[in-house]
Amino acid sequence: MAGLIDGLSGLALLGGVFFVIVGGVGLLRMPDFYTRLHAASITDTLGAGLILLGLMLHGGWTLVSAKLLLILSFLWLTSPTATHALVRAALSDPENPRPLLSKDAPSSKS
Amino acid sequence: MLHALSLWLFCLGLWLLLSGSFDNALLLSFGALSCVLVVFVAWRVETIDPEEQPPCPRFGPQLLWYWPWLLWRVVLANVNVVKRILDPKLPIDPTMIELKPSQRSDLGRVIYANSITLTPGTVTTSLSGDNLEVHALTREGADELLAGEMDRRVAGLERRIP
Repeated sequence: MAGLIDGLSGLALLGGVFFVIVGGVGLLRMPDFYTRLHAASITDTLGAGLILLGLMLHGGWTLVSAKLLLILSFLWLTSPTATHALVRAALSDPENPRPLLSKDAPSSKS
Repeated sequence: MLHALSLWLFCLGLWLLLSGSFDNALLLSFGALSCVLVVFVAWRVETIDPEEQPPCPRFGPQLLWYWPWLLWRVVLANVNVVKRILDPKLPIDPTMIELKPSQRSDLGRVIYANSITLTPGTVTTSLSGDNLEVHALTREGADELLAGEMDRRVAGLERRIP
């Protein structure tokens, strides 16, 4: 049983690392600020979520796991708010480039 | 008064969870006192009104059902965006759309907007009055929002308001 939990915990940690790395790759590959946000939100949601889930499985039914769950819920509540603030700041400044939309997105032509 | 009491109980619960000391009477009383201080400060800055009733539980047991559904949607959207990032052709199709949320309360709209942002592939760019602008990474993501299942579910959360 303990081995099973350990295995699941390791799998969740590996999955979390995978999603964080893919989020970083997406951050580099996306063409503009607004599309990069979508890549960054992978890191915030499933990347951090799976890593914390793996740690929680490792911790078992303890106070540490309860705190990890609390961290997860705060993270999931605050990260959309932070993203929203970023987008608003980017859009409200006329100096910033407007979002690339599908007609002029270079990727849709290729 | 009830509002202040419920805030105090909430703070105390959080304090107990974070401190993890249940048997030291001195520490426990310090914790309880600091929670009283928090409630006092909250009252002084008028975020709570002692005469006011605690906010009625607008979001009933449906909220417990909404969370797993949202979690599942977030996982699906993550997998979708990850596939697109790893695709050598980078098949994205950024779109801006406008939505008319059907929630009646501000809190309901905020929950809807935050749920959209939490889901990878869609970000709420502005929420004003009853107009909601969304930047979507793909046309499918935008179409899914326009179909409005999430909107209906969040509106369903608050349907119990008398």
